[in-house]
Amino acid sequence: MIVEFGHFALILALAVAVGQSILPIAGFFRRDPALMAVAPRASMMQLLLVALAFAALTYAYLVSDFSLLNVVENSHSEKPLIFKISGVWGNHEGSMLLWALILALFGAAVAAFGGNLPQTLKANVLAVQGWISTAFLAFILTTSNPFLRLAEPPMEGRDLNPVLQDVGLAIHPPLLYLGYVGFSIAFAFAIAALIEGRIDAAWARWVRPWVLGAWIFLTAGIAMGSYWAYYELGWGGFWFWDPVENASLMPWLVGTALLHSAVVMEKREALKVWTVLLAILAFSLSLLGTFLVRSGVLTSVHAFATDPARGVFILAILCLFIGGGLGLFAFRAGTLRQGGLFAPVSREGALVLNNVFLTVAAGVVLFGTLVPLIVSAFGGAISVGAPYFNTVFGPLFGATLLVVPLGPLLAWKRGDLLGALERLWAVFALAALVAVLVAWMKGETHITALFGLGVAVWVLVGAFAELVTRARFREVGLSVGLRRLAGLPRSAFGTALAHAGLGVTLLGIVATSAFQSEAILEMKPGDTATVGAYSVTFDGIRNSSGPNYSESVATMTVREGGVVRFVVEPSRRFYAARQMPTTEAGIRTHGLSQFYVTLGGEGRDSGSVVVRMWDKPLVTLIWLGALVMMAGGTLSLADRRLRVGAPKPARRATVPAE
Amino acid sequence: MAMTRRTRRLILIGTVGAVLAVAVGLVLFALSGEITLYKTPTEIIEQPRAEGRRLRIGGLVEVGSVVRKDGGQVEFKVTDTANAVPVTYRGLLPDLFQEGQGVVAEGKLDESGLFQADTVLAKHDERYMPKEVVDALKAQGVWEEGQPGGPTPPAAKN
Repeated sequence: MIVEFGHFALILALAVAVGQSILPIAGFFRRDPALMAVAPRASMMQLLLVALAFAALTYAYLVSDFSLLNVVENSHSEKPLIFKISGVWGNHEGSMLLWALILALFGAAVAAFGGNLPQTLKANVLAVQGWISTAFLAFILTTSNPFLRLAEPPMEGRDLNPVLQDVGLAIHPPLLYLGYVGFSIAFAFAIAALIEGRIDAAWARWVRPWVLGAWIFLTAGIAMGSYWAYYELGWGGFWFWDPVENASLMPWLVGTALLHSAVVMEKREALKVWTVLLAILAFSLSLLGTFLVRSGVLTSVHAFATDPARGVFILAILCLFIGGGLGLFAFRAGTLRQGGLFAPVSREGALVLNNVFLTVAAGVVLFGTLVPLIVSAFGGAISVGAPYFNTVFGPLFGATLLVVPLGPLLAWKRGDLLGALERLWAVFALAALVAVLVAWMKGETHITALFGLGVAVWVLVGAFAELVTRARFREVGLSVGLRRLAGLPRSAFGTALAHAGLGVTLLGIVATSAFQSEAILEMKPGDTATVGAYSVTFDGIRNSSGPNYSESVATMTVREGGVVRFVVEPSRRFYAARQMPTTEAGIRTHGLSQFYVTLGGEGRDSGSVVVRMWDKPLVTLIWLGALVMMAGGTLSLADRRLRVGAPKPARRATVPAE
Repeated sequence: MAMTRRTRRLILIGTVGAVLAVAVGLVLFALSGEITLYKTPTEIIEQPRAEGRRLRIGGLVEVGSVVRKDGGQVEFKVTDTANAVPVTYRGLLPDLFQEGQGVVAEGKLDESGLFQADTVLAKHDERYMPKEVVDALKAQGVWEEGQPGGPTPPAAKN
């Protein structure tokens, strides 16, 4: 009964979405405030209905209602509670419903917090949100309905894919979707601006918090996904250039560009058309990311069994929104008044350079991801993997990172490049010193690693140069300088932190790639092996069982210089419901580094197993850096300048130009 | 320094052009050497000129071909039922690696015709068969919709 109720709520939500798509925009063209006022109410109603549907599906999972096909295929009565809940979105149908829920949530948030938006803009934005909702709800109901009943329910479910039974997966998709769907707001604002043919700095001020929020979630989602793949897949890598990963990286790159171009638009009323284009692209890439792999056209380690009937629908949605969005842009962009041009060496100039690098980087990733598809259309078969992306993306993103500390030091309108370089002189010296010291300590080291290390320090430390400059420690002394520092707007700290986070992540990547030690060998209980500075003793294997699996756990004692440092317990699990084995890596974090052990199958001799071990120095920095970036974003979001409706601070004149 | 609108626009276009040129250069360079060609076992046996190039082969793990050697080295054969290519790999095999099941190996072919794999992927879901494997089996005409252990019929077409 509750399930039918949820199904009905979902159908009703589609009806509301259709109304939300048409009525407000009709109101806009007929200048009818009553029709436009439908938009916020419809958004709220839609959130309520989709939330009811989602709750009903969650209920079906919680009580293991095996009369539902979706529950049978992805759940099991003995599955732990948290995975019963995360199982709701651990499959295609449920994850699409989660997408729709988050979309409705964002729409309702615009309706609730957009009190200061002009009525026409609000109506149009929500109408565009309505179009997206309509497409998604129709897609769910016609091709991916999670509420389908079975005539003859089985006694037990087929369980969730064991690889997905993990806390990381419980939070990874919601975070990623919050990011993807967050860009739909920017998209809706862009389309609304194109429909109205009017755009100004206030538009950027309204859009930026949404973009920033989406960006924070997307950063979290990507980092979470990367960490999940790192510990769950047992390959010890943190990034595989898999199409699914690329699909999340592209909107992140374009979203980052959008974040920066919106600043220029807000401050200087320039780059309007470009910002609108980026808003359309960021969401287009999010859609592509959601669907590309789901449709099964690309081979990916993430791909699951797919239904070609969905492919056509997906293609239609992609064409409609990406093609429609870009078409409207081409048709209407001319009506938007162009902003002024500016000096190449200036804050704006630096931000443009950032935009050029980021979009080109996103472009080469898109090309690399799609080229197998293009080649296969002509009968060939290739795959594009890590070597391509490292060769192409590495230098482009490296160049971007080189200029990151410079940007914030340049003034608006006309910057002083030599002055900025002069202020970064000490940072440069420090970066060079670190690289030389490491080369000296570690002996023979690859030049790329040393260069990467230098760049990481340059970005990490250089990020704070703006704060130091603006506090003017050199001129006013420490105590006054500190007071000046405390008085700086939060967004200045946000920028510094977000940029520093990039440096932290890069440091982790370089340290792990260049200095990790690895060993693959066959071990019997009692054997000892050496990995880097550690000696590892295989103590033995014991059997145990979990709620829905049985496992054999190996105990390994890791010693350094004869002293026991820690014990690692990698295991192999067997999930009976799916007759599927999985490997659970044994990971021990010490300081910022990790020791990582995975078990393979049985070795040549009976009683022996194949073991792969890594000592990964500073590896946690890769994800800690993402946390720092998110903290920076959150701090910027808390800046009063960005809070919706906050008037420009009156004492702005006393703060140096930013 | 008074710059005309024209100069500023030229500098902007020049910058964009330069970055794009570098990017296109990098892409072309990468395409010439860093792309992995996909081959079926039959193609590798019939045109054995692919030594030294990065390849990806898909097929089934031939039953009875898996031999474990010292130090985590494994040898097995990848077959599309008509031809089989010997593969050697050092590392941990994926959890769902099994004789008679689909597998994709990436690496290089050495002069003796042995495929030196650095990556081995198996299907990671019992309903999913890697596309390469499906294509290789279809090329031999031995693909059956909904065969046991294979994908459910909808997946067969992806």
